[in-house]
Amino acid sequence: MDLNFSAEEERFRAEVRAFVAAELPGSIRDKVLGHKRLDREDFLTWVRILNRRGWVAPSWPRRFGGQEWDAARVLIFEEECALAGAPPVLSFGPRMVAPVIMTFGSPAQQEYFLPRILSGEHWWCQGYSEPGSGSDLASLKTRAERRGDSYVVNGQKTWTTLAQYADWIFCLVRTSSEGRPQSGISFLLIDMKSPGIAVRPIVMLDGEHEINEVWFNDVEVPVANRIGEENQGWTYAKFLLGHERVSNAALGPSKRALRELKAIAAAAPTGGGRPLIQTPRFRDRIAEAEIDLMALEVLVLRVIAMDRERHTPGPEASLLKLRGSQIQQTISELAMEALGPYAPLHQPQVLAADWNGPLAGPAEGIGVTGRYFNYRKVSIYAGSNEIQRSIIARHMLGLKES
Amino acid sequence: MNFAFTEEQTQLRDSLRRFLTQSYTVERRRAILRAGSGCDPATWRQFAELGILGLAIPESLGGIGGSAFDALVVMEEFGRALVLEPYLSTALVGAGILVRAGSPPQQRLLPAVAAGEVRLAFAHGERDSRWQLDAVTTRAAREADHWVLDGHKAMVTDGAGAHYLVVSARAPSGISLFLLPGASEGMTRTALTSHDGTNVAEIRLAGVRVPADALIGADGGGSPLIEAASEVAIAGLCAEAVGAMDALLALTLEYVRTRRQFGVPIGTFQALQHRMADMLLHAELARSMSYLASARLAVSDLTERRRALSAAKFLVGRSARFIGQEAVQLHGAMGVSDELPTSHYFRRLTLINASFGDMDHHLERFASVMAA
Repeated sequence: MDLNFSAEEERFRAEVRAFVAAELPGSIRDKVLGHKRLDREDFLTWVRILNRRGWVAPSWPRRFGGQEWDAARVLIFEEECALAGAPPVLSFGPRMVAPVIMTFGSPAQQEYFLPRILSGEHWWCQGYSEPGSGSDLASLKTRAERRGDSYVVNGQKTWTTLAQYADWIFCLVRTSSEGRPQSGISFLLIDMKSPGIAVRPIVMLDGEHEINEVWFNDVEVPVANRIGEENQGWTYAKFLLGHERVSNAALGPSKRALRELKAIAAAAPTGGGRPLIQTPRFRDRIAEAEIDLMALEVLVLRVIAMDRERHTPGPEASLLKLRGSQIQQTISELAMEALGPYAPLHQPQVLAADWNGPLAGPAEGIGVTGRYFNYRKVSIYAGSNEIQRSIIARHMLGLKES
Repeated sequence: MNFAFTEEQTQLRDSLRRFLTQSYTVERRRAILRAGSGCDPATWRQFAELGILGLAIPESLGGIGGSAFDALVVMEEFGRALVLEPYLSTALVGAGILVRAGSPPQQRLLPAVAAGEVRLAFAHGERDSRWQLDAVTTRAAREADHWVLDGHKAMVTDGAGAHYLVVSARAPSGISLFLLPGASEGMTRTALTSHDGTNVAEIRLAGVRVPADALIGADGGGSPLIEAASEVAIAGLCAEAVGAMDALLALTLEYVRTRRQFGVPIGTFQALQHRMADMLLHAELARSMSYLASARLAVSDLTERRRALSAAKFLVGRSARFIGQEAVQLHGAMGVSDELPTSHYFRRLTLINASFGDMDHHLERFASVMAA
């Protein structure tokens, strides 16, 4: 038993840290650490920098341009990037659609799409959820009808993250209504510039625009853009869900958020001389969150070790998503509470990078309450916590559905 | 023992609910939010016509002389309808201070408050005071027949729109309250918006000169008035939260009954039924403590009042958090959209916790009374 990273892994951590310190543009770092709004170009600038080093999708096989890093290295890499204030590399391209293309796509699809994910030429978004199909994804209704060498797609996807920036969308569509709902689904890659696609913004409870509706009205999609076999899309989608979940522990982001929480609490006055972080009641709540995060970190390492031995992701990833989302929400809640009477302030104009007007309330408070509201999403997206608990009950405890 | 509302209170509730259902619709509220003033003039006039702006004002001073439970009824209905207008700060807190301690000339404002012509704001909290009621650093210096005020007031509800502000300041003889016209020279009011759509202001006082008779009550006698105002606010916020919780619970119940996944309404899943049952329990506990808070407002024993008000604010805050978070979670992604009322209730319930003391503060206060 050894809970430490190896000397080699620690050398690797130092290498990543030095790389990020040298390469991450200060303007982007300041935006990320200052919780300013990131624009499309901020994300892409960082992707291009990483691509020069071959680190956009470092877990990919070498033949597709990856580094074949194992999960421990990916974890170290993501943590260092998050702590240093790098924008996240969004999952949709490198970690979601790419493994599907690598495993089930044609050589032509691999050759065309994978390099463009690495270069940032293609920004991907995910077309899964529909208004009537959330947790029950297999009930989806967006139809694709075969006409010659094309499918004609009609329907609506929703909650589509950053679709307003996307070049491509990977979609689950219904190609057959026979048999079980799962057996009539196909996996299509759709160019967002196709005629008939409309993107409509959804304003979230923090007042920000991050998610969208994506409407399809007689959208023609070449059959060549289907992944694998017709009506086998559910198999590919399930494969993808297995790949999605370890980074949902959000260790790096939570470590950064904890660091920020301590700074907010250290600066927060209490009307009584000592800062909030020195009041036992609040200090202890921060301490409890930190202990929870420590436990999650060791659990993540154990799950990584288990996956390594089994060569396949197991249901334990659901434990990580469940607890990881709870910790993200707890820390964001504490940060909001630390602001005390200033928590209610909503100053969306301050989130613009070039804002140099007045700011009410403490500078550490920028975006904090909005983030608390926004982070209610983390126990809902990527398989709600109810779905995660059901997976744990069925696949770890062996309990049957009633 | 009697938990029944009087016939008059039931009538008040019914007529308010009817009015708000018809006039304060989701669309109307959205329009008021977009306008950004935080107080719709037409709505405010209708409040005056309904008589509720004079609720805390005795008949002899131009009001209707209502009780704490009349106020509770109004605040519950306002919570249910997510009313943005600063009723609490003008009609209950501000008017309450003037009724309790205002000089006759100051009390002559009260008929105009009841008529909807004058709004009041309670400018007490400061940048560094957090929730400590006596952490006042704003100064009041006496110069001949004037007071001169210098300092800063933080997160003042309706601070930019109110016609008069009740300002706390430290005078040589102790913390005192002053009634300042909103348009005083040397006063800068910066209007700000809250995540729940209500309006607040930061207020800077730079050598604001007011006549000696701007003092409310005794020189150095501000602290008991501030605590009483805070108690009225806490009871009002507890009632508002209960109304909002009721509405949110009803919305969520309707959602789990109608939202179908896996071929059935999601409300048929036992795991979700149990969560809804817990939400109902939290709502009923909150309602109980909201009643206790209003019932104890008039108790003369300070310790007993502090215990009850802090216990209520703590517990209602905890219920508000639980119900708000669960309602959003049960709505799934619909719950984090701005479109449904769900997230609007969640936002308001969350931020009631950040007004007149959060859960930690009131738990601490209760505990120190308990251990004393």
